[in-house]
Amino acid sequence: MTPAQISQIAFYFFAALAILGAILMVTVRNVVHSAIFLVTSLLATAGIFLTLGAQFLFAVQVILYVGGIMVLFIFVIMLVNLDVALHQVQFNRQKWVALLLTIAMGGQLGLAIWFARTQGTLDIPTGRAGGLSPQNVEQFGLALFEKYALPFEIASVLLLVAMIGAVVMTKRRI
Amino acid sequence: MDALVEFLKTYMWPLIFALVIVAVLPLLAGYVVLLERKVMADMQARLGPMRVGPHGLLQPIADALKLLIKEDIIPENADKLVFWCAPLISVTAAMVAYSALAFGPFFQIADLNIGLIFIVAVSSMGIFGIILGGWASNSHYSLLGALRSTAQMISYETAAGLALVGGALLAGSLSIRQIVEKQQTDGVWFIFCAPVGFFLYLVASIAETNRAPFDLPEAESELVAGYMTEYSGFRWAIYFLAEYANMIVVAGIATTLFLGGWMRPFAGVSWLNFLDFFPPLCFLAVAAYCFYRTPKQPEPIQSGVMALFGGLCLALAAAMALPFVPALAASKPGLHGAFWFLLKVTLYIYSFMWVRFTFPRFRFDQLMRLGWYFMIPLSIVNVLALGVFAILRMSGWSLWPAVALTSGGTLLIAILLVWNAQKKSPGPLAGMTEAEG
Repeated sequence: MTPAQISQIAFYFFAALAILGAILMVTVRNVVHSAIFLVTSLLATAGIFLTLGAQFLFAVQVILYVGGIMVLFIFVIMLVNLDVALHQVQFNRQKWVALLLTIAMGGQLGLAIWFARTQGTLDIPTGRAGGLSPQNVEQFGLALFEKYALPFEIASVLLLVAMIGAVVMTKRRI
Repeated sequence: MDALVEFLKTYMWPLIFALVIVAVLPLLAGYVVLLERKVMADMQARLGPMRVGPHGLLQPIADALKLLIKEDIIPENADKLVFWCAPLISVTAAMVAYSALAFGPFFQIADLNIGLIFIVAVSSMGIFGIILGGWASNSHYSLLGALRSTAQMISYETAAGLALVGGALLAGSLSIRQIVEKQQTDGVWFIFCAPVGFFLYLVASIAETNRAPFDLPEAESELVAGYMTEYSGFRWAIYFLAEYANMIVVAGIATTLFLGGWMRPFAGVSWLNFLDFFPPLCFLAVAAYCFYRTPKQPEPIQSGVMALFGGLCLALAAAMALPFVPALAASKPGLHGAFWFLLKVTLYIYSFMWVRFTFPRFRFDQLMRLGWYFMIPLSIVNVLALGVFAILRMSGWSLWPAVALTSGGTLLIAILLVWNAQKKSPGPLAGMTEAEG
């Protein structure tokens, strides 16, 4: 097996896992199980980043989404009384809206793939032959702080505002 | 067939290293447990385990056997699948972290560009094992232990991560190999550049591995055994393995980033080159002691085991002496590198034990107060100070004035933080009255 083949197999494995995790996450009734499947899906997405050679994104995805946000999710879920939640109706009966949205999304995706196939504007992902790039973090930092410095700073300020807002809202007396 | 050969050519050494780690780690963890019991016994003026093997040297193997054949109990209303999987998540996360750790210039599975954050990211996933195990047990003690563990890990992971950012700033890289090589070219371990950062990481790593005085998730006087309450037998052993594997991981990170990794102490000082003889002589001394004690054992079988351990140490001494054969001089960095690395890891773990048997356990609100009011602000200040340090070094300052300035500044702010906290809540019981009122 060449490295390219290995990463191709890895891509399809992670893609299947991500989709499976996502489907199970919305269909399972137990909230904690649902969270576990969301973790699976997020981890598989991190794996796809890795097959694309984006190591830094992989690590950030794992640290932030899996190690941070999902842990907090489960933390909150545990404080909820699960026995009550299990017997409640959890699904909205909005079949027609869902069907419409699914058709729209599917059409969009199909169009994208069709354009890619016929006009070659978009590549279907195949494995990267070169494996992991040796300077990934450095390149990422340069792109973030040189090429996209302004959008990056704006996003940072936005996050800071959100953070301060959260602190102000939770604290009764400052 | 050609494809297979090609595959093996690329991945043979990583695969072998991975197998070695998976095979040796449980044994190593078992002996760290024995070491801990012996150190604890020594500090409390007892003998510790003495029955199984000479001086209890076979105790870990006996313990492992006992746990393997113990009945595996699953509580009636437990979530069975999650209950089964939870310990595996913990141990898998701990073991995957080893794939980026370097035990020497050669003994490393993969030198990743993101090595440091890879280890942090993967080992942070181990908390899922704890929290899901605590939830799946369907027991109040377990759930409380899991909740405490989560809150604690989230609080202290921030401080640990920021302490590591400080170290990475000094190294200018996240790759494990480049971090060590930078310390080699600079000629100074980063613990001397960033003493505050090392201290922060030491405290945060004790908290992150759930060890005393931060072992609230499994505080036996309050929560039986915390998240592990309902576990028994082999699954309990897997949790234990994960805990000790994590200890070795954090010790490995600290060694790599702050203690010069696989470098010999004073690697650049040529008149101290006689330190190269230390690894074989160290094992030789242990072997000699084993042989000296062999005839004094109470039973012939114990004598045999003691002689066996002596022979093992003798073999290790011979292996460490290999680089002094001129034809095999190339093996020196690999063998001695691994020795120094593991020695530093052991000393770091010893300091963990020392702390554990010296300090009483924190109360939970004290723990959170320490984490959020002291550790996190100080680690942010530390990152800023190390940035200043890097700039000072680049603009031509010599090492010690720069260290004195930046570390002194950080310490000053630490004192201010403590003073501020004291002013707000005088006395250790202030948190209690506040909570009641």
